[in-house]
Amino acid sequence: MIAETASLAADARLSLSGEEHANIVLEAQHITKELGRGAGKVRALKGVSLSLRAGELTLLMGPSGSGKTTLLSILGCILTPSEGTLSVAGHSTAGLTPEQLANLRREHIGFIFQSYNLFPTLTAEENVRVALDVRGKRGSEAVVAAQRALHRVGLRHKLKSYPANMSGGEQQRVAVARALAGSPSVMLADEPTAALDSENGLAVMQLLSEIAKDKSRAVLAVTHDPRTVPFANRVLRIEDGVIVGEERRTEGVETIHELARNRKRKANA
Amino acid sequence: MTFTLAFRNLFHDRVRLTVTLVGILFSIVLVAIQLGLYLGARSMIISMIDRAHGDLWVMAYGTKNFEEAQPINARDRYAALSTPGVADAVPIIASFTDWRKPTGGSTLVVVIGTDNEDGGLAPWNVVAGDVTGLGARDAVIIDKTYLDELGVKNIGDTAEVGASRVRVSGLTDGIRSFTVTPYVFTTISRARTLIDMPADKITYALVRLQPGADIESVRSAIQARVPDGEVLTTAEFRTRSLNHWLFATGAGVALIGGAILGLLVGTVIVAQTLYSSTKDHLNEFATLRALGSSSGYIHRVILTQAALSAVLGYALGMSIAMVVVYLSEHTALPIMMTPGLAALLLALTVGMCAISALSAIGKVMRIDPAMVFNR
Repeated sequence: MIAETASLAADARLSLSGEEHANIVLEAQHITKELGRGAGKVRALKGVSLSLRAGELTLLMGPSGSGKTTLLSILGCILTPSEGTLSVAGHSTAGLTPEQLANLRREHIGFIFQSYNLFPTLTAEENVRVALDVRGKRGSEAVVAAQRALHRVGLRHKLKSYPANMSGGEQQRVAVARALAGSPSVMLADEPTAALDSENGLAVMQLLSEIAKDKSRAVLAVTHDPRTVPFANRVLRIEDGVIVGEERRTEGVETIHELARNRKRKANA
Repeated sequence: MTFTLAFRNLFHDRVRLTVTLVGILFSIVLVAIQLGLYLGARSMIISMIDRAHGDLWVMAYGTKNFEEAQPINARDRYAALSTPGVADAVPIIASFTDWRKPTGGSTLVVVIGTDNEDGGLAPWNVVAGDVTGLGARDAVIIDKTYLDELGVKNIGDTAEVGASRVRVSGLTDGIRSFTVTPYVFTTISRARTLIDMPADKITYALVRLQPGADIESVRSAIQARVPDGEVLTTAEFRTRSLNHWLFATGAGVALIGGAILGLLVGTVIVAQTLYSSTKDHLNEFATLRALGSSSGYIHRVILTQAALSAVLGYALGMSIAMVVVYLSEHTALPIMMTPGLAALLLALTVGMCAISALSAIGKVMRIDPAMVFNR
């Protein structure tokens, strides 16, 4: 099902057609990141280049300490690279102040966190509205947009629920709705299934793959969960701060139903 | 949403909210009482000067306040009366003396001698009897606040001042002395008898100017005629009395110092609770930052929290302060609450909470948004 490129090249922007180039919403080139100081200085990323294309769900996989989260933080304009360039939705991040980076995140990036990072004192709808409020969307327009986002992730019945009264899967779906509500060009998910059981984890991945079908949006999920691979269009592997491979799925992304059917078939065989 | 977020953050932890509100409340009550006492003291110190109908005061040189004045010669009053631009110069007597209670024992009082028909200084807020009743034999008017202290209960009761008997002919309400020494109003002649002052002496000559007269010119002219005395305008006498009682004696400094201390304590308590609340919600602020919120947005959330604390704390603090003000109304040390003081307290509370929020804002500004990935 998955065609292994077998390339160990650090550059994950391999052999792109002109149309694929046009779909690039995020592009990182030769990114390095040094963490710590003096003797404790660590080179977490060593010249990573990659691009994310609209309409694709990309997985970034690798062992602990391989630099996944550091790379995600840089792609999300939360950390700045020590070297290299990054452009998001056509905007270069070079020389931007923290406030300008925050503007870029607000306009173009949606985040989904491993621990959901919902506001415990706000309802599901209010949690989504906060993300809209940050973007200056308020009043009835924000309420309608928040409800639409929650409907889309299947939480129509949980609008007024607080995180404490929701399951992990439901909380992660609220987080997805929150990221989705701002209509970002790039959605970045940090271990979105790590805190979830198998069923909820697959449901969240199904949701992300559906969101990625939108031709104006790219989705990148950092994960070490192999169960998530069938939902991806592309898998990047990172080790010791270097992209060591890109796997592109050629037979199409499976839905959660197809996945269940295939698993049953294998079990029967 | 900033309001909702601030409100929920604040009310999420009821214990911390209670601590914050108690801190603000304590601070407000303390500052209200200190400043209320200051205003009350101020009002008592200048009440006689403000109630007197005159433009200039002729008095013994170096007089520091209304109660503690040395006598001047009565001819100084005539010197003033003969000065061009002077319409009238009313004699006033004020002096400490002993009041012997009918039940035994004595207490210090300030006898104020003034003739009602002169229109210079008459008792006000008379709630029993009448000012004209001072014309009756042995008549004095006292304030009802001091009835117990003076050992009398009502109109008609008698006591002794000096070697003379006095009879209470009227009661006022709210004429209190900063020195907690009761005022005893009577006529000029009776006052002289009570304090054993010679007929050629008075304490003050209260000068009223003719319409259109220039106060500075008249003052200089009187001063030239009364070289051993001092001539002050009402405003100058008021300032001198305030400076003496409030600042030279340290009483006012203590009250203002107490108010500043209250503000400091309140600021520290609010700052501590806001800081710890912000610290507890740090991950949420980091999430906001990761979502792309501006610094201003986060500042608004924290400042709204501070403002909500201020308004709630102010409402509770003022409620308690008003009860204290009410309870002090009929005591010898009344606490005053004016609209101006209430507005000042609100401004101080908001300012105190805003300053307190700075530490929390500083903490949030040092957040590394990358911490959202480390939970």
